[in-house]
Amino acid sequence: MPEKINITKDLKVDFFKQMYTIRKFEEKVKELLPLGLIRGATHVYIGEEAVAVGACSALNSDDYIVSTHRGHGHCIAKGGSLKPMMAELLGKETGYCKGKGGSMHIANVDCGMLGASGVVASGIPIATGAAFSSKFLENKKVTISFFGDGASNNGTFHECLNLASIWKLPIIFICENNGYAITVPAKISTSVKDIAIRAKGYDMASAIVNGRDVEEIYKVTSDAVRRARDGKGPTLIEAKTYRFEGHWIGDPQVYRGKSEVESEISRDHLLDYEKKLVKENILSVSEIGSVKRKIEAELEEATQFAKESPFLDASKVADDIFS
Amino acid sequence: MKELTYAEAINEALDEEMARDDKVILMGEDVGLYGGVWRTSVGLQQKYGIKRVIDTPISENSFVGCAIGAAITGLRPIVEIMYIDFITLALDQIINQAAKLRYMFGGKVKVPIVIKTTAGAGKGNAAHHSQSLESLFCHIPGLKVVMPSTPSDAKGLLKSAIKEDNPVIFIEHKLLYPKKEILTEEVIPLGKAKIVRGGTDITLVATSNMLYKAMDAADILKKDFNISCEIIDPRTLSPIDFEMIIGSVKKTNNALIVHESNKKAGIGTYIASIVTENAFDWLDSPVNVIGGLDCPIPYSYVLEDAVIPSQDKIINKVKEILEKG
Ligand SMILES: Cc1ncc(C[n+]2csc(CCOP(=O)(O)OP(=O)(O)O)c2C)c(N)n1
Repeated sequence: MPEKINITKDLKVDFFKQMYTIRKFEEKVKELLPLGLIRGATHVYIGEEAVAVGACSALNSDDYIVSTHRGHGHCIAKGGSLKPMMAELLGKETGYCKGKGGSMHIANVDCGMLGASGVVASGIPIATGAAFSSKFLENKKVTISFFGDGASNNGTFHECLNLASIWKLPIIFICENNGYAITVPAKISTSVKDIAIRAKGYDMASAIVNGRDVEEIYKVTSDAVRRARDGKGPTLIEAKTYRFEGHWIGDPQVYRGKSEVESEISRDHLLDYEKKLVKENILSVSEIGSVKRKIEAELEEATQFAKESPFLDASKVADDIFS
Repeated sequence: MKELTYAEAINEALDEEMARDDKVILMGEDVGLYGGVWRTSVGLQQKYGIKRVIDTPISENSFVGCAIGAAITGLRPIVEIMYIDFITLALDQIINQAAKLRYMFGGKVKVPIVIKTTAGAGKGNAAHHSQSLESLFCHIPGLKVVMPSTPSDAKGLLKSAIKEDNPVIFIEHKLLYPKKEILTEEVIPLGKAKIVRGGTDITLVATSNMLYKAMDAADILKKDFNISCEIIDPRTLSPIDFEMIIGSVKKTNNALIVHESNKKAGIGTYIASIVTENAFDWLDSPVNVIGGLDCPIPYSYVLEDAVIPSQDKIINKVKEILEKG
């Protein structure tokens, strides 16, 4: 465990707000997709919120993250605004990517969120490159590379761990191990039970965290961030997590039992954290209620904004290919 | 006589070839227990076991390479790449190895591998899940490229691809999976095109899903403008059946090629150049090509529609060609 890292009351409230925002955002996505307002492959982050929130809270606003195909939570946790996010998912001109990227390519470069990616593991080298440039420019920025357990079987993961290790790059690799890659269970596709062990082969520091425990994730990531900023090199953190939803909306989930899913969902970290805040006298039940209502109202406003925004005109389709 | 969807026809081809030859194996992401995200391998792992129908990790370059190694040592692997966009991860093994091993080794090995994958836009999947990369593979000596548009062709061509002793890139289209047809049960050799509809004024060469847009356009051209289109589906893009295409152009004296792959340096311009070289004296107009816009595939449907060739674009181009000619 890292040395003592204090978590203020304000930070705890912030953790809750962010996790709740992500949860509600994803529920809205689930509602809009069947209506045809959102289209294409869309992957929600319900169940994994604590990982993005705990990890991104350990960063400065000008640090970088690189996300995955399951990127909405990362985007929100790195300071993304709901209006341009929802507008992007609805394909509108006011979206973060003018409606060109959509769910799988959401990016908010101004907040240091260097993009989601539809190609599994393809973000890992990009993140490694962001860390390379920070080291080169001596700007003390740190990068987090998010990816799944499935992605850790791709060559780029192994090559980047090696690169980050030999060049002592200021990067934290965060594996969100939710146990499945689409329908394939990690136990039949992955040589190790704990992805963190793979760090050993690259002489890299590593840690395993409970992916439902936002405070633990925050502490472990903060420690890794501090070492990265001090020039002490990269860390691989494995967060054990679970995706509550199917891989895609409408997934029949034949690859995992109903009882498994129900038992995992019954241990909902978001509800637990809410209770914890009340128990620690940080927020009262009624304060929690008003926090929730405020977030829900913001989300409604963002959805309305997205619906009312125009599409980018087709005449501009080929803009932005070259600078 | 049975009616099957494109996905079911592919499934049947896999099933029949696996039953015929126990050296045929299938590997890829989610192809086993689940039966493939496109449902083309449903039931095969249950029938042929996990030894022959293998769920792989997300390691495209390595499992494709592994299949190539198995192919030169006695197996006949079929590999599924879930979306053609991810085939780019395996290009070293496909372009540097599969396509060249036999040649480099002086003809000493055979590389009987089929890489089946899915191309095309239309589902709002944006730039990483919507590309049409067929032209890229047609450029590489040593690869065969197949792109079926109907359930019967999909089945017949996949069976031929599996029996083929050379690497085949077999490209399905994601919008075609639900398409139904009573199967003709024909054996369809690689490299044979098909005249889908006879006509006299212009030859339309249309691939994969574009065949349907060309047919719809041809209906309107006939009805509203009394223009008669002959429509050819090449079915195999490499090697391509130039004999049939050139024969048709010599009859109609005009040609338009339509594909979803973007136009720049694409298969359409190649077809146009060969037709022009061989039938110049018969042509009343330059051979034209409609391809996708030279642009990554965008997400919103407004933008996506602007990139993919449309029926209207085909109609207007045909009219323009014939008015000028
Ligand atoms: C290179 C590549 N191969 C395959 C896919 C299809 N695909 C999309 S998500 C996914 C599973 C990813 O699993 P994991 O990395 O564990 O992330 P999770 O979805 O569980 O968050 C796969 C195979 C892809 N997008 N990119």
